[in-house]
Amino acid sequence: MLTVEGLRSAYGPIEVLHGVDLEVRSGEIVTVVGANGAGKTTLLHCLSGTQPISAGRIQFRGDELTTVPAYRRLRRGLAQSPEGRQIFTNLSVEENLRLGAFLYTDERVERDMQDAFAMFPILREKRNLVAGGLSGGQQQMLAIARALMGRPHCLLLDEPSMGLAPLIVAQIFEVVESLRARDVTILLVEQNAYGALKIADRGYVMETGRISMTGPAAELIADPRIREAYLGI
Amino acid sequence: MDALLQFLLSGVTVGAVYALVALGFTIIYNASDVVNFAQGEFVMLGGMITVFTYQAGLPLPLAAVLAIAITSLVGVALNKLALEPARGAPVVSLIIITIGASIFIRGAAQLIFDKQLHRFPSFSGDQPIHILGATLVPQSLWVIGGAVLVFIGLWLFFTKTLTGKAVLATANNRLAAQLVGINTGWIMTLSFALSAAIGALAGVLVTPITLVGYDVGVGLALKGFAAAMLGGMGNPKGALVGGIALGLLEALTAGYLSSQYKDAVAFIVILAVLFVMPQGLFGKSTTERV
Repeated sequence: MLTVEGLRSAYGPIEVLHGVDLEVRSGEIVTVVGANGAGKTTLLHCLSGTQPISAGRIQFRGDELTTVPAYRRLRRGLAQSPEGRQIFTNLSVEENLRLGAFLYTDERVERDMQDAFAMFPILREKRNLVAGGLSGGQQQMLAIARALMGRPHCLLLDEPSMGLAPLIVAQIFEVVESLRARDVTILLVEQNAYGALKIADRGYVMETGRISMTGPAAELIADPRIREAYLGI
Repeated sequence: MDALLQFLLSGVTVGAVYALVALGFTIIYNASDVVNFAQGEFVMLGGMITVFTYQAGLPLPLAAVLAIAITSLVGVALNKLALEPARGAPVVSLIIITIGASIFIRGAAQLIFDKQLHRFPSFSGDQPIHILGATLVPQSLWVIGGAVLVFIGLWLFFTKTLTGKAVLATANNRLAAQLVGINTGWIMTLSFALSAAIGALAGVLVTPITLVGYDVGVGLALKGFAAAMLGGMGNPKGALVGGIALGLLEALTAGYLSSQYKDAVAFIVILAVLFVMPQGLFGKSTTERV
């Protein structure tokens, strides 16, 4: 579904991705784990087109995505729930969800919104409130729900567990896993390596802008080097 | 009593102009958090271009439409040439760019047109309407009607249309706006075109009453800014109420104190708003969880 080859990207003169290769197959949950500053978020922004790339190519569902502007990538089926949630803080919860389906005006929008409320009942309760007043966990739910409103084939999820209480983190991971049943392929970026690898099919380990290890998630979780470096076991 | 009514009528007329300028501020502010101090120049261009195309022989309605269209293009050019290259700069820098742009447009207008004051005929004649002993020129009704219509249009745009929400979303979080598929570049172009068109419309409507010259924009931008601050920046309802309130305050000050203090009213309003209620009458106070 998503193939990345030799991806390089820089902030000004400082290159942060030094040639990343990565593949996500249809129906998979793939996770990219790594320490803070490894380039995980930059990788997702390259995929979404919100960060320029200096070399390499991105293919998505058989099409070249490399030169497609950011705002057209959702139409191709690639959505992102970004790091730090990035919800529209001064708009209501419902308006946030409606804007998630900005590309659509058909009757499915309302159905998808009901689906989102079924997935996160707290959002239905707070639908008319300003999104900036939600708690961190609720904002994260809103960010995921908003991304799903765009009817993605593939969802890029950036640090959904960041700054949340363990109970909420477990709930978020549960939802992510449930998306598999909805035919949404997932690329999950996480510092919480254990939680991510537990629900993923395959994993990539990223270190200072490079992929240092890859394999089935179960193997990575058992690998002594990963256990020591990322799982703290 | 007659005098009071007269002051109120002229206050509402002037206030409607300020409201139109403030409504123009609203759109660009909503899309980008930038207060566009070249907004007054859009009003001037609307009036000046109408004057000169009308003198060149075009029928007045056509001249007015042409003026609004050209001013919209100037607005788009302002965004593309002056603001877009500085994207990512702090909002304060962008605001300073708009001040520079307003000086440039004023200078260009002085060269292209001239330094005289001009007018063109009122739309519905100059026969004053008598209301309970006070008088109102028919053009005032055009100005007030224009402000109300633009207000209703903008209010519907921001609350009922997806494109209006996309404008708000773009201002709130440009990154997230792109991620949900909003072409943020196009939203900015649209905002500047719309803003400039509203400014030009104000110029077209008010020129028969107040005349137009290359330098009328400065004062109007300041008054419009005061009106928008009073009503609450970014809120169309605030722009309308703030504009009318400022117009009334000015007219009453001129009538009962002295017309010399008239222009001070706007500045006192700005200071009072900043000291007492920085969010204005209808502005949302910004509390956010981080």
